[in-house]
Amino acid sequence: MVGFAFLLLPLIALLVRAPWRGLSKVLSDSQVLTALRLSLECASAATVASLVLGVPLAWVLARARFPGLALLRALVTLPLVLPPVVGGVALLLAFGRNGVLGRYLDSWFGVTLPFTTPGVIVAETFVAMPFLIVTVEGALRSSDLGLEEAAATLGASRLTVYRRVTLPLIGPSLLAGSVLCWARALGEFGATITFAGNYPGTTQTMPLAVYNKLETDPQAAVALSLVLLVVAVAVLAALRGRWLRGGATP
Amino acid sequence: MATRRRDAVSDPRPDSSAAPSTPAARRGSGLVVDATLQRGTFCLDVDFDVAPGEVLGVLGPNGAGKTTLLRALAGLTALTAGRITLDGDRLDDSDAGVFIPADRRPVGFVFQNYRLFPHLSVLDNVAFAPRSRRMGRSSSRQAAEKWLERLGLRELGDRKPAQLSGGQAQRVALARALAAEPGLLLLDEPLAALDARTRLEVRAELRRHLEEFPGPTLIVTHDPLEAMVMTDRLLVIEDGRIVQQGTPAAVARRPATQYVARLVGLNLYAGTRGDAAGIQLDDGGTLTAAGQPRAHQARDAPPPTGRVLLAVRPSAIAVHTTRPDHSSPRNVWPGTVSGLELLTDRVRVQVTGAPSALVDITPAAVADLGLSNGTPVWLSAKATDIDIYSDGP
Repeated sequence: MVGFAFLLLPLIALLVRAPWRGLSKVLSDSQVLTALRLSLECASAATVASLVLGVPLAWVLARARFPGLALLRALVTLPLVLPPVVGGVALLLAFGRNGVLGRYLDSWFGVTLPFTTPGVIVAETFVAMPFLIVTVEGALRSSDLGLEEAAATLGASRLTVYRRVTLPLIGPSLLAGSVLCWARALGEFGATITFAGNYPGTTQTMPLAVYNKLETDPQAAVALSLVLLVVAVAVLAALRGRWLRGGATP
Repeated sequence: MATRRRDAVSDPRPDSSAAPSTPAARRGSGLVVDATLQRGTFCLDVDFDVAPGEVLGVLGPNGAGKTTLLRALAGLTALTAGRITLDGDRLDDSDAGVFIPADRRPVGFVFQNYRLFPHLSVLDNVAFAPRSRRMGRSSSRQAAEKWLERLGLRELGDRKPAQLSGGQAQRVALARALAAEPGLLLLDEPLAALDARTRLEVRAELRRHLEEFPGPTLIVTHDPLEAMVMTDRLLVIEDGRIVQQGTPAAVARRPATQYVARLVGLNLYAGTRGDAAGIQLDDGGTLTAAGQPRAHQARDAPPPTGRVLLAVRPSAIAVHTTRPDHSSPRNVWPGTVSGLELLTDRVRVQVTGAPSALVDITPAAVADLGLSNGTPVWLSAKATDIDIYSDGP
């Protein structure tokens, strides 16, 4: 009961202290709108990147058999437990202008990631992709290989099997994983501020804006927090509905 | 290089790798299997044919290799050695390095638990194979509708597999396999997932559909009745090897192994026929059989010497509580009741002795004789009721 109160009280406080009257004014502030749009765009881009990179990786983790698989799986989930700030530092060392890889990106392609909008996407992908991988891998692992065999005996090529059987069957988990991934990316703070900085318009996402506003305009910070809370609740509701429906068809 | 020969009507994959037919390829028709499959310590080693239109029952205990055999035929597992040809086309030939994978084999597989795609409607399940052959969506559906119609499933097209009864799911699985227009049909325990009443209906119906199928059919089962009713010929596999082949009637009358004998409900004894009248049984005891002992196939073959098998129906053995002294049966021996099981109208009495036997008597007789576990009894059997045949194929 105490635990419940402990978890709920801050949220209630947020609702109680929310500047309900000034809400529309705060939310129509151009800087806030920019941060909101940037957040949504970057989180969506990070989710797409996670899908492209993460689903094949999840497939390998779930289906392949080779030595070192357990280690690989542990490494993939490392960002889940790693402090995001450390992730940001690590990203700087890898993709920074003098980083292990960033050096070549810079000198060969003239690409600079740190402190740019793509940098935000990279940071968010790094932190959020494991959520997608873990969800999809679990679904692939528990999916019925027998159905894929049945599809093969019906003349379906591997690609057809993947497209018409494997993917649709893990569809609910794929969606759930994407939503989780997107929500995590949206709330990402530590890695983003470390790797991409906090420049309004290019790298200042909502959480960073909340942090900034807290010092200059606390009322606006509360309003922005409220927006993020609404998004989180919406995500949770979407996942609940999805999971309930997913559970109905075994 | 695979060679192919099949008439246009039954060839489900006209686009797959085709080479000109050769006279050598034309020789074989139906399924010809000479296969070895090693898996750890288990080894499947079988050699048999199935003619077009023939229904072969594959019978055997769990772990005998029945499912492994079907998987090899379907291309889900490669052979370690040997070859599989269907209508002259090599599906697997380990020496020649030929292996046609499952998705390019003209083989229909009805899996034990059907494996219907849960996210697709019945119609789309059945249309799956036509679609996989790059048939358009609408013509695939038309083909699927034709098969649903044929199997009496027309009304179920819009349902999801989860909304089907066991019997319906079984028919959908068959329709889905047939819609691929395979040259070979495999059924893995097709009725095992059904309850007893549905099984009865579906069995007769399935038999009818199988009769219409022009290619070879294999049914894996360990239900003796299923094997008797639905198949033309039986192949009994134990521990990866064929232990008996023959018509269902022949296998039921003269089982070659204890497994088959138990399935068909016979007492089976292996023994050695010496010079004396009686046959020394391996597990103890002596029995005398009348008449000419016959080999499995040749009815007028000379009496087998050496290794023989004796089959006795449980109802041909009589139970007595005292030694029957003036009785005509030539075989009388003592034993102890070690089990009683009520069948529908009889009681199957398990008697431990030399030899041990299953005996069927009426419930009234059990009461009259006062039989229970541990009761000492005498058994008797007429020599004419004991069927004797040589051991070995």
